[in-house]
Amino acid sequence: MKGPVLILGAGSDIARACARAFAARGCAIQLAARDPGRLEADRADLETRYGVTVSLHEVDALEVEAHESFVAGLPELPMVAICAVGLMGEQDENAADMTRAALVMRSNFEGPASLLGVLANRMEARGAGTLVGISSVAGERGRASNYIYGSAKAGFTAYLSGLRNRLAGRGVHVVTVLPGFVATKMTEGMDLPKPLLAQPDEVGRAILGAVEKGRDVIHVRRIWRLVMAVIKAIPEAIFKKTSI
Amino acid sequence: MTRLAGWGRFRPVETRLARMRDDGDVAAALAGGTALIARGNGRAYGDSAVSPGLTLDMRGMDRMLSFDADRGVLVAEAGVLLADVIAAFFPQGWFPAVTPGTKFVSLGGAIAADVHGKNHHVDGGFGAFVDWVEVMGADGRIARAEAGSELFDWTLGGMGLTGVILRAQIRLRPVETGWIVQDMRATQTLAATIDMMEATNDAPYSVAWLDCVTTGVMMGRGLAMLGRHAGLEDLPREKRRKPFATPQKPVLRLPVDLPAAALNGVTRRVFNAAYYWNGRRKPGPRLVDWDSYFYPLDAILDWNRGYGRAGFLQFQCALPQEAARPGMAALLEAIAASGEASVLSVLKRFGAERGRFSFPMAGYTLALDFPANDRSLKLMERLDAITLDHGGRFYLAKDARMPRAVMEAADGRVAAFRAMRAQSGAKGLFVSAQSERLGL
Repeated sequence: MKGPVLILGAGSDIARACARAFAARGCAIQLAARDPGRLEADRADLETRYGVTVSLHEVDALEVEAHESFVAGLPELPMVAICAVGLMGEQDENAADMTRAALVMRSNFEGPASLLGVLANRMEARGAGTLVGISSVAGERGRASNYIYGSAKAGFTAYLSGLRNRLAGRGVHVVTVLPGFVATKMTEGMDLPKPLLAQPDEVGRAILGAVEKGRDVIHVRRIWRLVMAVIKAIPEAIFKKTSI
Repeated sequence: MTRLAGWGRFRPVETRLARMRDDGDVAAALAGGTALIARGNGRAYGDSAVSPGLTLDMRGMDRMLSFDADRGVLVAEAGVLLADVIAAFFPQGWFPAVTPGTKFVSLGGAIAADVHGKNHHVDGGFGAFVDWVEVMGADGRIARAEAGSELFDWTLGGMGLTGVILRAQIRLRPVETGWIVQDMRATQTLAATIDMMEATNDAPYSVAWLDCVTTGVMMGRGLAMLGRHAGLEDLPREKRRKPFATPQKPVLRLPVDLPAAALNGVTRRVFNAAYYWNGRRKPGPRLVDWDSYFYPLDAILDWNRGYGRAGFLQFQCALPQEAARPGMAALLEAIAASGEASVLSVLKRFGAERGRFSFPMAGYTLALDFPANDRSLKLMERLDAITLDHGGRFYLAKDARMPRAVMEAADGRVAAFRAMRAQSGAKGLFVSAQSERLGL
């Protein structure tokens, strides 16, 4: 794999795992986050472990007007861009306060879509590249317990599939990642079933594999395909009375 | 809340587990005022790294910060594993200067327990290769403790009870190849085993496995495994081109807990005999890859499930040089008399004592494992008493059950350790289930 890998939302556990997986392959890494100062230790880690070049960049997913200049300001247009930006929040609070809900929606859909959209246009012009969107199984069907987060992820998933459709045959590949539960800061303290809970480094390896093999949509743990097939198959009349 | 135990899986503790990702997370945890202890990769056998209050999962702080490739000097966060260090720098010819029997220990854990390896008699413990540690104290401030300072000496072997270890600078050892020249020698008696270890005191690595089943004159017969890093000239020509290439081995896992009966008295006896005779068949020098030599048990991930749900206990004591022969004999007699064979009984030579609270003392150390049950617990009380009679002490990284009075009788340094803890404010804040049990 040639060319640098850009990680958007680089402060997260999944982002760190992705950066390590690609750096271990010898790729230069561009880490971008709202507060790049906090990424100094990660930069040192990637350089020390893998001897790759790492650059830090400031980007706010919610400032869509600034995304063109952010991408233009990168030292090199990345060959792979991975968007790990996201925000879950508490469903109760999101449902009670629409400004919070809007923040969750914008952080999971508008911001990531804008960033990948800008990159898509440039990669299309170049005729090469891979875009990776980390979406969620929560976007597969709305549930009472997290439909605000889930609906934004549903939007992002649809956006990624449309982007993939548009760029097919133009040298740019789009990967949709549906990680399922991952042991990260977002899920800390939740009581989640072990067989469904992936570790961040599993996600990193899965994404590296999907990029290398040119896969379209991946679940990190295969069992999630089955789980979601069942959840999606339940008729709405019954589903609305459940609390899954 | 979650139930958490050490590697031996004996007596889990209810604790709140929180992952630390940077200094700010640790400072915030300390500011909460709850009694807490840091945990690395959970390879301490007993309750050293679980707290009845809050347990800090330091694996989220696992970044390597710098490496001086000319001198082999690494600065890294506490959650980095020795396996990570090996993966990153071994291909460049650097290996941990001191390593315990598993590469899955964290840097912070190795420092907190001041772990030792097969080279303690020559090189000392892990701490001998640490230049400094950064520790967050009870006041939330980060202190850099340089080697030789008082905080450094208490922190090496201090079991995380002086503060939270955040980062350290360690020195690695240059090696020419990934191979060890192992010299295997079989002995017929305990005296012969110890004679052998004395006579080969200049071997860089040395360890002996003891048969703890056989009684009578053959009691304590064993297999001494001496070793040194192979140079290029030790390798056959086909290995010389890629001296750091390690043979790929399948990674095995125990997917379920074995029934406790799987490692019963009979199978443990058979294992001991088979191990001895297998080793005896191939004496003399041969090349062994680094992974098999240093980390034989790492080949089976989750091997701790082999003892079943109740878990297992380790017993490791050190005896001073002058008491080692009669002391080891008494320990082996007590084990044989009980009928409770240990699966792996490991005898090592220790060099001089260092640090304020580190385990090793000049002499010998014996490590044993037993299934967790009433008979073993009774036997271990007997082994405690024999150790005390011979002026020995116990390894806290392996302990899960020692009574407070035994610890106090074994280690004259406890009072000073307690005073340091009280004075620094660490006493009420840095608390493990073990420190509570032992009143540290």
